[in-house]
Amino acid sequence: MPYGFLLPAFALYAAFMLFPIARAVQLSVYEWDGLTVGTFVGLDNYAAVVTDPRLREAFGHALILIVFFSLLPVAIGLVLAAVLNRAKVRGLPFFRTVIFLPQVVAMVVVAVAWRQIYAPDGSLNAALRGVGLDGLARPWLGDFTFSLPAVGTIGTWVSMGLVTVLLLAGMSRIPSEQYEAARLDGAGAVREFFAITLPAVRGEITVALTLTIIAALKTFDLVYVTTGGGPGTSTTVPSYEVYRRAFELGEVGMAAAVGIVLTVLIFAINLVVNRVGDRSTT
Amino acid sequence: MMTSRFERTANYVVLIAFAAFALFPILSILVTSIGPETASIAREGRTFHWENFTAAWSQGQFSRYMATSVLVSVIVVSVAVLCSLMAGYAFGTMRFRGEQVLFYVFLLGIMVPTEAIIVPLYFDMRSVGLTNTIWGVALPQIAQSIAFGTYWMRAYFRGSNRSIIEAGRLDGAGTHRILWQILVPMGRPAITTLVLLTFMWTWNEFLIPLVMSPSGQVRTAPLALAFFQGQYVQGTTLLAAAAVLVALPVVVVYLFLQRHFIRGMIEGAVRE
Repeated sequence: MPYGFLLPAFALYAAFMLFPIARAVQLSVYEWDGLTVGTFVGLDNYAAVVTDPRLREAFGHALILIVFFSLLPVAIGLVLAAVLNRAKVRGLPFFRTVIFLPQVVAMVVVAVAWRQIYAPDGSLNAALRGVGLDGLARPWLGDFTFSLPAVGTIGTWVSMGLVTVLLLAGMSRIPSEQYEAARLDGAGAVREFFAITLPAVRGEITVALTLTIIAALKTFDLVYVTTGGGPGTSTTVPSYEVYRRAFELGEVGMAAAVGIVLTVLIFAINLVVNRVGDRSTT
Repeated sequence: MMTSRFERTANYVVLIAFAAFALFPILSILVTSIGPETASIAREGRTFHWENFTAAWSQGQFSRYMATSVLVSVIVVSVAVLCSLMAGYAFGTMRFRGEQVLFYVFLLGIMVPTEAIIVPLYFDMRSVGLTNTIWGVALPQIAQSIAFGTYWMRAYFRGSNRSIIEAGRLDGAGTHRILWQILVPMGRPAITTLVLLTFMWTWNEFLIPLVMSPSGQVRTAPLALAFFQGQYVQGTTLLAAAAVLVALPVVVVYLFLQRHFIRGMIEGAVRE
């Protein structure tokens, strides 16, 4: 009887998730252009992930993006949530709605909006010129040094709200007696934060890191629409390389290998984050 | 609460600064989208240029692409939610062999990135003639949504009241009747959340429709926006108007039912 209820879900899931995973592993050990007969190359495609400078660079960029998508939003979210939790400010529901909004807007729309901000005649440069910092104005997404941080900042903007709301939910579960006791001991806002708030939301921090790290490693549409990996290779990321190699260059096996490595990386980082999170709670 | 005036002011400054940061890109694209398209139009002196939306709609052929997006969303949401309900019911209320292993297999799908499966999906679906069809775009997204949906519905069925199921069974209701006539009506909030999240993910999805329909026959609205950008690099106003149109359906639903979105994404994320 249970298997009858499971059947439709499992059939679809197996055909369009499990089977493609297995096929990706199979494809990754072939050199194949998508048309002719492929040749078996063993683990060469995986070796290329380490030796191919462009792929190495892409994975390096993904790690930098983790700072912007994950670490920065968690830092910002901790401050914002602590403020909202401590000072019973007015307009909390409004603030929550606003800061969470970037999460529901399609990434393509986000990319279009930020492209206009970063454009040579966009509002960021206009603001810099307005305060006399003409020297800093530049085409942000076309700049070899600043394009990756510029894309990363968009990630910070997107993740910030999710992390804040997540942490806020955790903090609201801390019993207020704990704060009262701390205050009787003469603890200020900062000590209160490190002694009570921070340890209490370890679980939420772990979840926030997991979610945002996955988001950072999966960034595709943002890069596709804002920079296309450029200028040069300065914003290319693994997911973009998967697309480019499989569907533009005809390096199907290599693309599959990059996808597998990306998956393994996501699982490994998750495992580490959760291990550390578990250990610090006990 | 004893907070100093300085601290209160500082708090508000911090919050307002970040609210402004969160809102600025959205507001600026809204302002651009209703602004004048050219300098000569600006001289007419009107504040709101709603005609930008109709112009973007027709120039970008959005009636066609929005219709595709609606169709894909309806298929993915209805099939995925239905399958997830049944699978979640089995995992949440029944004991059977291989239960745990199977559940972990489903969980796997939440973490596997689309990038890992998109390559074989494209070439295998091409060989069976499913690329450039609505099913080529919908089926992979159904599979992804089933992974989360099963996990989500299982949590609901686990938390549902055992005694209600027992009472139903004593009344002679079969497993099907218990699901469809007792648990599903009671679980409306949880199901609504799942419907909304699945709708949002499907509507906003980019990589799958991009790859699965290379000819552009089954182009969804977000893709149409990306291509619209390629064509109208100089037309900032129309591009902004098109962007607003693409974001609008999900944003409007979010503004009315935001508690579902926030709860779903927060609770759905918290691991067991």
